[in-house]
Amino acid sequence: MSAPAQPLAQSLVQSVDWLAIAPPTIAAVAALAVLVADLFLPESRKPLLGWTSVAGLTAAALMLLPLLDGDRSTFCLPAPARACSYTADHFTLVVQFLVLGGALLTALLSMTSLGDERRRIPAGEYWFLLLSSAAGAALLPASRDLATLVVALEVASLPAFALVGIRHGDRRSSEAALKFFLSSVTATAVTLLGISFVYASTGTLYLTQVAQRVQHVDGQLHTLAQTGVVLTLVGFAFKTAAVPFHFWVPDTYVGAPLPIAAYLSVVGKAVGFSGLILVTVVAFPSYADAWGPALAALAALTMTVGNAGALRQRATRAYSAVRLLAWSSVGQAGYLLVPIAAAGYSEDPRKAIGSTVAYALMYAAVNLGAFAVAALVGRTKSLNRLSDYRGLYGTNPVTALLLAFFLLCLAGLPPGVIGLFAKVTVFSAAVDAGLGWLAVVMAVNVVIALFYYLQWTALLFRAPEGAPARHRLPAPLTAALALTGALGVVLSGAPQLVLRFAATGLF
Amino acid sequence: MIDINESVMRILLALVVAGPLLGAATALLPAPPGLRGRSPAQAVLRHGVTVTGVILVAAVALALGFDHDHPSKMQATTDISWIPALDVRIHLGIDGISLPLLVLTALLAFLCALYSYFKPPSGPSPKAFVALLLLLETGTLATFAVLDLVLFFLAFETVLIPMYFLIARWGGEDRTRAAWKFILFTLLGSVVMLLGLLLIGIKAGTFDMVALATDNGRSLTTSVQVIAVLAIGVGLAVKTPMWPLHSWLPDAHTAAPTVGSVLLAGVLLKMGTYGFVRILLPVAPDGFRTFAPYLAAFAVVGIVYGSLACLALAKQGAKGDLKRLIAYSSVGHMGFVLLGIATMTPTGVNGALFANIAHGLITGLLFFLVGALKDRTGTTDLDTLCLPSPDHRPAPSGTAAPTASLAGAALYARAPRLGGLLAFGAVASLGLPGLAGFWGEMLALFGSFSPAAGLSRPAFLTYMAIGAFGTLLTAAYMLIVVRRVCMGAVPQQTPTTLADVHGYEFAAWTPLVTLTVLAGLWPRALLGLTDPAVQQLLAGGTR
Repeated sequence: MSAPAQPLAQSLVQSVDWLAIAPPTIAAVAALAVLVADLFLPESRKPLLGWTSVAGLTAAALMLLPLLDGDRSTFCLPAPARACSYTADHFTLVVQFLVLGGALLTALLSMTSLGDERRRIPAGEYWFLLLSSAAGAALLPASRDLATLVVALEVASLPAFALVGIRHGDRRSSEAALKFFLSSVTATAVTLLGISFVYASTGTLYLTQVAQRVQHVDGQLHTLAQTGVVLTLVGFAFKTAAVPFHFWVPDTYVGAPLPIAAYLSVVGKAVGFSGLILVTVVAFPSYADAWGPALAALAALTMTVGNAGALRQRATRAYSAVRLLAWSSVGQAGYLLVPIAAAGYSEDPRKAIGSTVAYALMYAAVNLGAFAVAALVGRTKSLNRLSDYRGLYGTNPVTALLLAFFLLCLAGLPPGVIGLFAKVTVFSAAVDAGLGWLAVVMAVNVVIALFYYLQWTALLFRAPEGAPARHRLPAPLTAALALTGALGVVLSGAPQLVLRFAATGLF
Repeated sequence: MIDINESVMRILLALVVAGPLLGAATALLPAPPGLRGRSPAQAVLRHGVTVTGVILVAAVALALGFDHDHPSKMQATTDISWIPALDVRIHLGIDGISLPLLVLTALLAFLCALYSYFKPPSGPSPKAFVALLLLLETGTLATFAVLDLVLFFLAFETVLIPMYFLIARWGGEDRTRAAWKFILFTLLGSVVMLLGLLLIGIKAGTFDMVALATDNGRSLTTSVQVIAVLAIGVGLAVKTPMWPLHSWLPDAHTAAPTVGSVLLAGVLLKMGTYGFVRILLPVAPDGFRTFAPYLAAFAVVGIVYGSLACLALAKQGAKGDLKRLIAYSSVGHMGFVLLGIATMTPTGVNGALFANIAHGLITGLLFFLVGALKDRTGTTDLDTLCLPSPDHRPAPSGTAAPTASLAGAALYARAPRLGGLLAFGAVASLGLPGLAGFWGEMLALFGSFSPAAGLSRPAFLTYMAIGAFGTLLTAAYMLIVVRRVCMGAVPQQTPTTLADVHGYEFAAWTPLVTLTVLAGLWPRALLGLTDPAVQQLLAGGTR
C-alpha cells in the first residue's frame, strides 16, 4: 500500500468504536447465530436456542458496564461539524438497559410458552425475530440522526409484526398481526414524510444540527418545517400507543403469544418514548411551545381512554386479564408522556425527561412481573380470564402475593412503594412545569386505575370457585418472577436507584 | 420523667415505626418451632399480641423518656437521606403534639390485638388479619412520627390497603361496597393532597416539615398557599371526615369488624386532623387564614348534622344501626376538632388535640362495647335490640302506649356490667364534665369565642353558638340510646340473660375507661404536653 493512500482511506473508512456499539451488535449477532443454529439442531435440542438467546441478551446487557462513563460516540462527521450518528451517553445506556433487560425477561417467559406450544410456534424463527427486534430497540436510543432513528424503529417493529402472527393456524393471531402491521406502517409512512420535510427545510439529518438550523429556516419553508415536525412526532406517538393510535393494542395483545404481549408493552413502549424524547428534546427544542401542549393533551387523553377501557373489562370475558393489562398499559403510556410534555414548558427540558425514564424502569419491572404471573396462570387456564385468578392465594400464595405487589406498584399504592414514588416524580415534573391541570387529570386517573388494579388484587384472595388448580412453576418462569419480584422489592426499599435519573440530566 | 439516652430514644422511635412492619412480614411466615402454639391460628394471633405489646412498651418508654420540660422541642429525631433525587429524608421525631397520638395508637392497636386473640375475627385466616393489622399500625404510627411531607403522604397511604381488606374480608353486611367507598373517597382526597404537598415542596424548596414550619410560610406566596391549603385540606378533610365529605364513614363503620371500627375511629380519623395541625397551620398560615372561616362553617354544620342524623337513627322505628349511630356521632365530634383548629388560636388548637385523644378513647370504647353487644345478641339494630326476645310482642292496642315507653333492651338487668360500661361510654361521649370528652369540646368553643386576629369574630361567635347547641343535641341522642339499650323491663315470659363482661373484655376496656376518667380529671397531663408545642407552632415553627 502506498503512502498517499493512507489519509484517503481514513476519510473513507471510518474508525468504529466497537465497544460503544457492542450492546445492539451482540444482540444482532446472537440473532443470526440462532437462525443458523436452528438449521442444524435436531428437534429435541431446540430448547438450546432459547438458552443461547438468553446468554446473548445477558452478554449484550453486560457490555453496558464498560460504557458507564457515558462519553462515547461513533460514526461521527469529520472534525468541524462534530455531529455523531451513534452516542452512548447516559440516556442511551439507561434505555438500552431497560430494553435488553426487558428482552431478557421476555426470553425467560418465552421458554416456557415455546415449550408448551412446540407444535404451533417455530422456535428458530421466534428467537431470531425476538433478538432482532431487541437489537433494533437497543439501537434506537443511541441514534442521533433521523435516518438511523427510522431504521432502528423499523428494525424493532418489523420482527414484532411477525412475532405477533407467529402462531400457525391461529386466525386471531394473524388478524392481530395484520391490524398491528397496517396501523404501524401507516404511522411510519407519516414519520418518513415528516422527516423528508424536515430534511428539505434544514438540509441535515443529524439531530443536533436540526436543532440549530430549524430555528433559522427560510421564511418560505417555515410551514414545511412545522408540518415536518408534527408528522415526525406522529410516528413515535403511535409506538407508545398514545391515543388516538391505541386501537391496535388490546387485540394485538390478546392475539399475540403472551410473552410477546409483555415485550410490546415494555420494550415497544421504551422504543416509542425514547424516540419521542430524542425528537422533541434533542431535535426540536425550539418548537417546544408547539409539541409541549400537544403532548400534554395527548397524555391526558391517553391515560383517560386507557383507564376507561381497562375499567370496562368484565371479569368473566375471555382473555380479560390480558385485555386489562393491555388497556392499563395504554393508561400507563399516558403517565410516561407527562414528563415529556412538561419538558416543553421547562427551562431545562433535558432534565425533565428523567422522570419518564425513571417511571419506565419501574413500569418495566413490575409490568413484566405481572405478565409473568399471567403466563403462569395461562398455562392451565388458557382463556386467561380475570375470574381465573380468583383464589390464587389459596393455591400459590407466593405467586399471588407477588402479583398483588406488582398490581399495587402499577396502581402506586403502598406497599408498592416504588410505584408510588415513580408517580410522585411524574406528578412533581408536571407541577414543576406549571401543568396543574394535567396533574389533576392524572390524579383522577390514578384513582380510576386503582379501582381495577385493586379489584384484581382483591380477587386473588377470595375463596376459589370450584376445584382449585395448583399451577406448577417451571424454572424459567420462576427465574423471571424472582427477578422482577426482587427488583420491585429492592426498588421499594431504595427508590433512589431509579429515581436518581429524575434528578440529573441524562444527556 | 426518666432520663433516657438520646440515641436510645432514637432507636425506640425507629422501633415503634418499623417494628409493626417487620411483625407484619413475619406474621406471613410459618411459625418457628417452639412458637407454634395450639394451632397456627392461635400462634399468629399471639404473634400479633406480642408485637403490638412490644410496640406499646416502646411507646410508653418513649413517653417516659420524653423531656416533659420542653415538649415543643422535637425529640428522638432521626434524619437520614433516603431518596436524594426527590429530596426525601427519613426524618422522624416526636413533640408534644405527636406523642399523645403515638401512644394512643400503640395502645389501641395492642388492645385490638388482645381482643382478637380471645375473640378471633369471623372470616378467613387470622394470619392475614394479623399481618394487615400490623401494617395498619405501622402506617398510623409513621404518620404521627414522620417529619417529611412525602413520607407523611406515604404513611398516610399505607393504611388504605390494610383497612380496605379488613373491611372487605372480615366485615359484616354490605362490606364490599363499604370498603370500595372507603378507599375511593380517601384515595381521591389523598392524590389531591399529594399535589398540594408537591406544590409546597417545590415552591419552598424542601419537604422537611420542621424547616417549613420554622419558615412559617414566608417563602410561599399567598396564592401558592391558598392553592396548597385547598388541595391538602380536601385530602385531610376526607379523612377527618368533614361534612360533606363524610359519607364514606358511616358505611365503613357499619360494615367493618369490631377491631376495624375501633382503629378507624380511634386512630385513622386522627391522621386527618393531625395533618391540619402539623402541616397546614404552620406551613401555610396565610392560606389557612383564608379558608379558616369556611372550615369552621363546615365543622359546625358537621356537628349539627351528625347530631341530627344520630337523633333520627335513635328514634323508635327508624331501624337505626348502633354502629352507624356512633359513626355519625364521630362526624359531630370531629366537627368540634375542626372548629378548634379553624380558630387558629392556642386555646382552640389545644382543645382540638385534646378532643382528638378523647374521641379516640371514648369512641374506641363504644365500638368495642357495640361489637360485644353484637356478639351476644347478633344484631346492632336498635329496634331489634329493643325487642328483648323474638317472641316478645308489644301488647295489643289500648295498653300499647305504656309498653312502648318501657320497651328497651334492658341491658342493665340482663348484663349489668356491660350496660354500665355502655352508659359510661355514652355519657363520656356527650361531654360530661369530669370525663375526657368535656375539655376538648369546651376549649374548642372557647377558642371560637375569641378567634385569632384576622378572623371574623361575629362569624366565629355564631359558630360557637351553633356548636354549643350541637352539644345539647349530642346529649339528647346519647341519652336516648342509653334509655333504649340499657333500660327497659325484662320480659316476663322468657327471661333471656346475656353473658356479662368477660375477663378479656375487661382487660381490653379497662385502660380506655381509666384513661377517659384520668384525662377528664387531670387534663393538665395532656394540655401541658400540647400547649407549648402548639404555641410554638402557631408562632412560627418547631425548634
